[in-house]
Amino acid sequence: MSLLRAFSRDGAPRRQINRAPSALAAGAVPWLTVLLASLLPGMLLIASGPVLPPFGFLVFVAWRQLRPGVFPLWAGLPLGLFDDLFSGQPFGSGVLLFSLATIALDLIEARLPWRNFLIEWLVAILLVALYICAGLGLANLAGAATPIRFVLPQILISVFTYPLVGRFVALCDRIRLTPFLVVQ
Amino acid sequence: MAPPANRRSGYSRRAQYTNFFAYAAGVAGALLGVALLVVSFARPEIFTGLRTVAADLTAPVSQATATGREASKSFLSTITGFLEAGSQHAKLTRELDEAKVRLVEAEAIETENRRLKALLGLATQGPRPVAVTRLTSSTAASTRRFATLAAGQDKGIVKGMPVRSSMGLVGRVLDVGATTSRVLLITDTESLVPVRRGKDGVPAFAQGSGDGTIRIKLINLGLNPLRTGDVFVTSGSGGLYKPGTPVAIVTGLTRDGALARVLSNPSDTDYVIVDSLFAPEPPPPGEQTMPEQP
Repeated sequence: MSLLRAFSRDGAPRRQINRAPSALAAGAVPWLTVLLASLLPGMLLIASGPVLPPFGFLVFVAWRQLRPGVFPLWAGLPLGLFDDLFSGQPFGSGVLLFSLATIALDLIEARLPWRNFLIEWLVAILLVALYICAGLGLANLAGAATPIRFVLPQILISVFTYPLVGRFVALCDRIRLTPFLVVQ
Repeated sequence: MAPPANRRSGYSRRAQYTNFFAYAAGVAGALLGVALLVVSFARPEIFTGLRTVAADLTAPVSQATATGREASKSFLSTITGFLEAGSQHAKLTRELDEAKVRLVEAEAIETENRRLKALLGLATQGPRPVAVTRLTSSTAASTRRFATLAAGQDKGIVKGMPVRSSMGLVGRVLDVGATTSRVLLITDTESLVPVRRGKDGVPAFAQGSGDGTIRIKLINLGLNPLRTGDVFVTSGSGGLYKPGTPVAIVTGLTRDGALARVLSNPSDTDYVIVDSLFAPEPPPPGEQTMPEQP
């Protein structure tokens, strides 16, 4: 069981030898975290400007970078659809941008299979900046008229939030793969 | 590293098809996004049903977080209040003395107002508010400024009703769900409120600029009569907003108007008041023709 082996890298003997992670938790946690993160910006404060990072997108990108196989390529459709319900953007912008980000991350994964923290961060910076600017453009096409300088603080906040989101996703990944079911 | 030229996953047909259909589904998702966008540009009202249902379903969570938000805010203000108690007390005493004088003046003005209104035969009693409720969530990660109210059809809220706080105008109701409704805040770039200067009634439009400020656009072009510190209130022209609700205070001048700060910052408002629809009374049909002079 390779999943179990990941938890004994420090050389300590495993105490629970006949345990396995729950398949349900392992499958559901990534989806649930992205959905909850899509809800989060609305709940945190009644903002008078675009100040909070798009947490749903950040968590999605972080999962895709940590575990490229955890979401299928079509995951942008349901996750983006849910994000659209609460984001206030024109309906469909989340579906389009999440899907494009998935395809872009897949191409990057094929080109750079070995990444370090810096490359992952740079890729995420690029994607998040494009996501926010494209969201602004789509909202402006649908009737708003916000100049691009109003999203610069949001891009900056998102860029510095991404490593924290990455840590959070790594924590969720450890939790979802915790072996606690007894193997018969 | 360049990707391998042959990206075939192996000899298994099943694996190849799975791979292919995953890519096809990914591209189809993006195309569906484009289609949804086109529909939402052309007919944005199609998706309001979905949005209101989603807001209704998440209403309990939003309520809980709104309570938590208020608790943390009051906790912080208690601490800062404790630190600033001395200087603030002195300042408040000074202001109270001034305010007492102003109060007497205001009473005199109110008496005069009542007398004049009685002369004109105007009703002084405004209509009762439809609901007093909370803003539970907002679109903090988007450039659009929408917020969700914790009241909907159950409290008798109708599309178009103005929303204000005790400080000033907040926005107006855009969609109504069963227990929640969506509010377009006045700081959104699509929100346009007819306003006038509080002291002399210079007419203007207040348009949101998307970052919490408001642009005041004068209707009469020419010499810009605005000064920093001018307060704008709703003028009530065109209906929708009843006249006299404070909107914004001027913070800087531009060529054709001014930049202004919203008086009721939605992040500071705990409770908001939903007013009934305001429509100026149309003149009775008999008065269209001038009465003939004897």
